[in-house]
Amino acid sequence: MINYIVRRLGYGLLILVGVNFFTFVLFFALNTPDDMARMNIGGKRVSQDAIEKWKVERGYNKPLLWNEAKPGIEKATKTIFFERSVQLFALDFGPSDSGRDIGYELKKRMGPSISLALPTFVMGTFVVIVFALLMVFFRNTYLEFWGFTAAVFLMSISSLFYIVMGQYFFSKVLRLVPISGYSSGWDAFLFLALPVVIGLVSRLGGEALLFRTMFLEEIGKDYVRTARAKGLSEPAVLFRHVLRNALLPVLTSTVAVLPLLFMGALLMESFFGVPGLGSYTIDAINAQDFAIVRSMVFVGSALYILGLILTDISYTIADPRIRLG
Amino acid sequence: MPKIVFLATDIVLYTLLCAVALYVWHARRTPNLRQTWRSVLHDAAAMSASVILGVFLLISVLDSLHFRALLPPAPDAPANATPAYSTRTLSLLDQLLSARRESVEKTYSIPLGTHQFTKETMLVGGKSVRDFPRLKFGGAQLADPEKQWAGDVARRSAVGLTVGMLVAAVLWLAFATLHARTPGGSVRGSLQQIVAGATDVPWRAMLTTASVLAVLACWFGALWPHYHVFGTDQTGNDVLYQGIKSIRTAVVIGSMATIATLPFAIVLGILAGYFKGFVDDLIQYTYTVLSSIPSVLLIAAFVLMIQVFIDKNPNMFETGLERADIRLFLLSVILGLTGWATLARLLRAETLKLTELDYVQAARAFGVSNFGIMRRHILPNVMHVVLIVAVLDFSGLVLYEAVLSYVGVGVDPTTNSFGSMINSARTELARDPTVWWNLMAGFSLMVTLVLSMQIFAGAVREAFDPRTRAFRVKRVKAGDRNVAALASK
Repeated sequence: MINYIVRRLGYGLLILVGVNFFTFVLFFALNTPDDMARMNIGGKRVSQDAIEKWKVERGYNKPLLWNEAKPGIEKATKTIFFERSVQLFALDFGPSDSGRDIGYELKKRMGPSISLALPTFVMGTFVVIVFALLMVFFRNTYLEFWGFTAAVFLMSISSLFYIVMGQYFFSKVLRLVPISGYSSGWDAFLFLALPVVIGLVSRLGGEALLFRTMFLEEIGKDYVRTARAKGLSEPAVLFRHVLRNALLPVLTSTVAVLPLLFMGALLMESFFGVPGLGSYTIDAINAQDFAIVRSMVFVGSALYILGLILTDISYTIADPRIRLG
Repeated sequence: MPKIVFLATDIVLYTLLCAVALYVWHARRTPNLRQTWRSVLHDAAAMSASVILGVFLLISVLDSLHFRALLPPAPDAPANATPAYSTRTLSLLDQLLSARRESVEKTYSIPLGTHQFTKETMLVGGKSVRDFPRLKFGGAQLADPEKQWAGDVARRSAVGLTVGMLVAAVLWLAFATLHARTPGGSVRGSLQQIVAGATDVPWRAMLTTASVLAVLACWFGALWPHYHVFGTDQTGNDVLYQGIKSIRTAVVIGSMATIATLPFAIVLGILAGYFKGFVDDLIQYTYTVLSSIPSVLLIAAFVLMIQVFIDKNPNMFETGLERADIRLFLLSVILGLTGWATLARLLRAETLKLTELDYVQAARAFGVSNFGIMRRHILPNVMHVVLIVAVLDFSGLVLYEAVLSYVGVGVDPTTNSFGSMINSARTELARDPTVWWNLMAGFSLMVTLVLSMQIFAGAVREAFDPRTRAFRVKRVKAGDRNVAALASK
């Protein structure tokens, strides 16, 4: 087991190296720091002096890979590649292009992100499972037909529309919750209620259909027929036998997403003014702050890879038939 | 003679149409493809959806024939001077709707309105009055809007709806006549057949959809020359016109991004599954790296790069539309570049399965080259996976465009798109009284497009993946419900 985990971690690290190299090429080789400076200062007629100044302030004035001017080991360390890419592995994100420490921001913003993402995720998964299970329970009736139709319809609506209409209806017309904002502690409940509900509705359609398929696949299996042959009632078959077995893939796919919750929900956070990592990312994209975008790419990929590894491990724990090779 | 302009996305759209036509021709000749498609052709919901999709496609094709109008020669120009062309690139659709495009008001106005949405200070009889000014185009033919408006709108609507129904009736009769051309058929008999829903192809559902579309089109057509049917937006542009322009953007993004994934996904997926070992490891590593980067960030990074490129080369593009179009084109390519991992993974798994089959082993034993085996024996047998994923992806990409527009890495701000229509609604709904028509127009057109594509894609998946047929929702008549419930137990 330990052997396996170590090997998976090694592979994950290798992928992270790939991600890092890829982003380095994208951000520094295809696109020189001069271009970034020109774009950030704005306008087409930017003097070379202004560009140089901008680069010096942010430490982009060093060579990309190899610094001939420095002695000894500093030939390799005093370069953009080392300072901006290699040091990410030590979780040293450096300053953003606007000068603030990215690591500090990440730590501060993770809390609000998780306080929005976790309830959305947990309640969402619960509601989706219940909805899918009901569709399966009432299969071949009008209830299933209309449930299915509703799910397809929900799936065809842009999540932006849910947000805009939700804010309009619940905050402006009914005045139940504030339109946007955030506060720590229990007051956060008021601010988070609407984004959580909207987040839940916008993923309901697609996932309910997916889970319905999973449950129906399970229902066709032999052990279900056996259970029915023994004379068990339909609810007993569904909830005691099918649900348990069908939850396996559900649980493992859940584990894969868990680490990514830290990244926050881009749209929800920025629409509802939650000071989390999602809105941080969007602000960075809008301000064309390449340093933050690069750091978020790194963090996001690291969390994704962590999710993959956790999935593999949770498979073996949940299903003893699977052996790790 | 206007100068014909081929934008990058135009060419792709034409190529796509040719490819679809070629595929239809191929599918008609191939017995088993014909058999599979027959189940889609017999699905009432899917065929109704395809009628709507057809109309959307027609609009986007009309909107993809671009030209630059020839300007009248300058008064003192010599006879052999080089002709000057307008700096604006227009499409055939723009030309058809040119009156609508040019009827620009000052700012917001409600659907079918005659007055502006906001008050202004005006001079009436020498005194300055603060009131809602009349619109320049909307309801301009009315002398006294207060009294005449309702009657005028009702009259025009009645005419429009009547013409629409006539068109629909002609449509039904025309199809019945066509249908009756089989030996021994009469127009009356085939019409009865169609109405009863007894035909193989669900003509009744398709004709009903087409009739609804025809009635709507004629209704709007009757009102549109004199009113802004869906109102105007902040800068006074006609909302319905913008909605119709947005259709092309959505279709281009949905189809082009899907097509851009195909070369990578097909080549790499099949290579990985066929050669296994080192090649497989390398390809798997590549797509794991790509898919581990959060997609919005990856797309944002690429789009920022493009923006730098466009800013650096401002002289490459002759008109603003060409610049906006290259951004749309590159955005679709990027969506494709970042989105091929899923399909490649599926194709790899399918190829792994196929290479173990006897006929591939036999081909190998006969000495067919690797490339030959992949082209002749593997590729045709994984095409159904490609087709299913391609149609399923389309609607997701159309929805994704709206998100990207919000994040600020979507289409060019000058390009009309559903995303930008919904985005602007954020501030519009915060006004009092609210401006709701922009959101509603964008929303209803977008939902119609995405929903139609979802329904069509569902039918295609059922046809090509028999396993999913078991999960089909069966519509049961009320009386049979208990029987069916018993049967399922």
